[in-house]
Amino acid sequence: MTELSKTGAAVGEPTSNSSAPSSFLEVRDLKVHFPTDDGLVKSVDGLSFQLEKGKTLGIVGESGSGKSVTSLGIMGLHTAGQYGKRKAQLSGEIWLDGTELLSADPDHVRKLRGRQMAMIFQDPLSALHPYYTIGQQIVEAYRIHHDVDKKTAKRRAVEMLDRVGIPQPDKRVDSYPHEFSGGMRQRAMIAMSLVNNPELLIADEPTTALDVTVQAQILDLIRDLQKEFGSAVIVITHDLGVVAELADDILVMYGGRCVERGPAEKVFYEPRHPYTWGLLGSMPRLDREQQERLIPVKGSPPSLINIPSGCAFNPRCPYADLPKDNVTRTVRPELAEVGSRHWAACHLGKEQRERIWTEEIAPKL
Amino acid sequence: MLAYLIRRLFAAAVMLVVIVLVVFSIFFLFPKWAGVDVALSFVGKQADPAAVEGVRQKLGLGEPIYTQAWEFFKGIFAGRTYSGGGDVTNCPAPCFGYSFRTEQSVWPVLTDRLPVTLGLALGAAVLWLIFGLAAGVLSALKRGTLWDRTAMVVALAGVSLPIYFTGMLSLAIFVFGLKWFNGDYVPLEDSFSGWFGGMILPWITLAFLYAAMYARITRATMLEVLGEDYIRTARAKGLREQTVIGKHAMRSTMTPILTMLGMDLGALIGGAILTETTFSLPGLGQAVLNAIKTQDLPIILGVVLITSLAVLIANLVVDVMYAVIDPRVRLS
Amino acid sequence: MSDEKAVTKSAQADGATLTKDAAPGETLLKVTGLKKHFPIKKGLLQRQVGAVHAVDGIDFEVRAGETLGVVGESGCGKSTMGRLITRLLEPTGGKVEFEGKDITHLGVAGMRPLRRDVQMIFQDPYSSLNPRHTIGTIIGAPFRLQGVEPEGGIKTEVQRLLSVVGLNPEHYNRYPHEFSGGQRQRIGIARALALNPKLVVADEPVSALDVSIQAQVVNLLDDLQEELGLTYVIIAHDLSVVRHVSDRIAVMYLGKIVELADRDLLYRTPMHPYTKALMSAVPIPDPRRKNAKSERILLKGDVPSPISPPSGCRFHTRCWKATEICRTTEPPLLELRPGQQVACHHPENFADQAPQDTVLLSAAKEAAELVADEVLAESAATSAAVAAEVAKETTGTSEAAEASDTTEK
Repeated sequence: MTELSKTGAAVGEPTSNSSAPSSFLEVRDLKVHFPTDDGLVKSVDGLSFQLEKGKTLGIVGESGSGKSVTSLGIMGLHTAGQYGKRKAQLSGEIWLDGTELLSADPDHVRKLRGRQMAMIFQDPLSALHPYYTIGQQIVEAYRIHHDVDKKTAKRRAVEMLDRVGIPQPDKRVDSYPHEFSGGMRQRAMIAMSLVNNPELLIADEPTTALDVTVQAQILDLIRDLQKEFGSAVIVITHDLGVVAELADDILVMYGGRCVERGPAEKVFYEPRHPYTWGLLGSMPRLDREQQERLIPVKGSPPSLINIPSGCAFNPRCPYADLPKDNVTRTVRPELAEVGSRHWAACHLGKEQRERIWTEEIAPKL
Repeated sequence: MLAYLIRRLFAAAVMLVVIVLVVFSIFFLFPKWAGVDVALSFVGKQADPAAVEGVRQKLGLGEPIYTQAWEFFKGIFAGRTYSGGGDVTNCPAPCFGYSFRTEQSVWPVLTDRLPVTLGLALGAAVLWLIFGLAAGVLSALKRGTLWDRTAMVVALAGVSLPIYFTGMLSLAIFVFGLKWFNGDYVPLEDSFSGWFGGMILPWITLAFLYAAMYARITRATMLEVLGEDYIRTARAKGLREQTVIGKHAMRSTMTPILTMLGMDLGALIGGAILTETTFSLPGLGQAVLNAIKTQDLPIILGVVLITSLAVLIANLVVDVMYAVIDPRVRLS
Repeated sequence: MSDEKAVTKSAQADGATLTKDAAPGETLLKVTGLKKHFPIKKGLLQRQVGAVHAVDGIDFEVRAGETLGVVGESGCGKSTMGRLITRLLEPTGGKVEFEGKDITHLGVAGMRPLRRDVQMIFQDPYSSLNPRHTIGTIIGAPFRLQGVEPEGGIKTEVQRLLSVVGLNPEHYNRYPHEFSGGQRQRIGIARALALNPKLVVADEPVSALDVSIQAQVVNLLDDLQEELGLTYVIIAHDLSVVRHVSDRIAVMYLGKIVELADRDLLYRTPMHPYTKALMSAVPIPDPRRKNAKSERILLKGDVPSPISPPSGCRFHTRCWKATEICRTTEPPLLELRPGQQVACHHPENFADQAPQDTVLLSAAKEAAELVADEVLAESAATSAAVAAEVAKETTGTSEAAEASDTTEK
């Protein structure tokens, strides 16, 4: 491995040198493209970010924004499950604890999966194999990475089920997924992903399939477990409430790219991208007085085959005509620093955006 | 699990009784409605009326249908005695009656021929499972490649080419042309190698058709299963791809395959008519074909009942296997 | 936005045909003791061994021109309730009256005229539209089914409806797959509006949509109500969406309505502990409140099975306030405060209804461990304050009100 570089080059912008970064996880200019009959689907098209241990990054975006594709890319699951002619095309760099994953030996990445990095999926019913007991599935996850006998592994499984708050874990370990309730299944899924003490945990819409009271329990659990295990966590969600609960940093994705990224407080209180404004305005909020009207984003999310030229958000952006020379429709805006550790990709001037936010948007929220 | 099994067994028994009665009625009632005299078909068209009447008396064809049905039903489980019209014939259980043509008891005819068909069906099933599953899984994993397309074209050919074509072709090449095998059937008791040599072509011919169907189903199911979330989870755990496919994906893929296998085996045991005829195998299929040609009702009836029984048993086995594979079935 | 223009246009076009039998505020739909049990059959003989008590005796009214929101978690019976009042399901018991007419057991023929007045919007805009029909056919279907010939022909009317819901009328001949999720939901809405219904029941109308699209559809529903004087029953699990669209809200738990109140009362001063827990569980999109965990009430475990719901108050197995009476006696739904009905022995933000019963059940003690002390203290303080206030007033009025409510039941 090359020497750790401490340059700390403008985060969010792709760095050309491929030396190992100082961050625990660093993604540089990640692209994930899928060839289809209709054309190349550019699900992720140049994404960069870093994450430290003990911190939580929230990736927010709507369906098709590329947030789930990113997480599967980090886990190496686009290439692992790939058969036939049409192969996902990945480029860029993913550095996990000093190892670049995209160029690493696939079998090495496989050994990291489940051990150093683990994942929780959205729908625990479909994510657990219906024909194996919860215990069998956790035992399997443990024994791939630990050379222990089944009995020891089962004890570990019971211990993990107990830790995630499943009552009578010694009995429930022999239950099948369909005998569990939705919340219990997600707890079991979490137990399975944490069984090897991973340093990176990716939770892809971990509570979307759950009821709100169960969601509260699971969010609480994830937070507690992170404190206990000190792992780095990526939470992927469309729910701004969930990111606000969990995330230290927030990355907003649109059309396969990052449009805004920064500390959670900044993104919520001083957002600097019209799409982020749109998300905040679209959302009815329980913690505020009743809004008269929601402020939706007009139009629909872009097709990932024909991403609009220029800024991908320009057809839906109310301010697309403000910058000069039609630049929003011709030039892709790059992420630029708008505050400390806060970046946004927008052609509008920095002051212009500050003014629009404080005068036009914020008062209506 | 035990309750499930008992319920299934009970249902199968009820089903069997219903089948016996329905099949009997179809075979003896329909000719009556159609104005065909069963007794006449026994004796032959030019028979004198006295002989016809004698047969009618002896077989009890003059009795009401429910009496006939009951006698037939009783015959299967307790044996029966034909005593009408003077002479007395004792038919021990299981009594399926006597062939109209050869006047042999039907049951020994069935038991003579069943092993041939059983050997054909089971042997072919082993072959088609091995090749069908392997080809299907490989095609699924190499989806869209030259291998996949070739395999699927061959499979399409296998499904569409009739057995009398592939069978004749293989006979022409391997038996008459290359003289690799002797085309005659040799019973297993006489010589294993003779039996094996005689069966290998029928097996391959029959297995080709089924392997093709199984390959297509396996491919489709495997592709579907590979898209399931739990397969992604298995990979996310860091499992080797062999384990993901061989353990997690295969177990789910087997469910529909098993159902098909049960049905197919059941149906084949009732006679692989085309294969047996093409290769002159003295199995149930050949027997039923001859019986149809000569309107030998009792033989047809016997084979139909054996087929139904085989399908029922196969279904029962499938149901039990299902419950073993899929824990969700056990509860509901 | 384009919707707004379209709606104004439609209102003009529609003005003449807009007739309402029930004046705003009058009861349009009245439901009493409504029940739906789904039998569970087992064994060879398919004997009935039990029943899912999906909806188990609920009473409410929907007034013309208002929006009644129905919230609850999965399995609380809210969707079944929606299907019962639109009579897509046959009730097991109770009564449904629409404009004073008993429609509880009307057959297919009897329901036909009613199908014009009561329409439903479904959750999944992908599966509720036939992929082989053009949207012209889909939206025009209600006219054909009802044998209604709108003025100017079906095509003109369908195109008008398309513009009402903010779609391009020229897309008449397109197929559902050519539309995005939000647009498909608009098609569903256009179909529901085709026959000028009086009541629209929407089951999770926005939960399958992205946030930015969700807001478009919520606003559209708002506009349509204002312009066409529609009455809505909106069923949803998302409390913030329900608060945004509703005038009154019913909270359901295990087949029962536990609280039914005006929106602002419900959100400001929820009385049922379940309502309170439900609202506190919603994640707040405000990172500054991230560590304010003390405000949250975590409920213990999962919702019990609707096959054998708990005795007494159905929430007693998870409630941190449950006492003996909660286990034995089912609390009736009473109007404790004008505009706020609640079924609870020990309500929040109000005087205790069973003050003599003070010993917590052991399950309640466990549940209380999950509730922060601040919350418990605050709740006790408010209840005491309300109790004092009630005592100060002429005690007669509130008691009399309660008494009359009880006799009504």
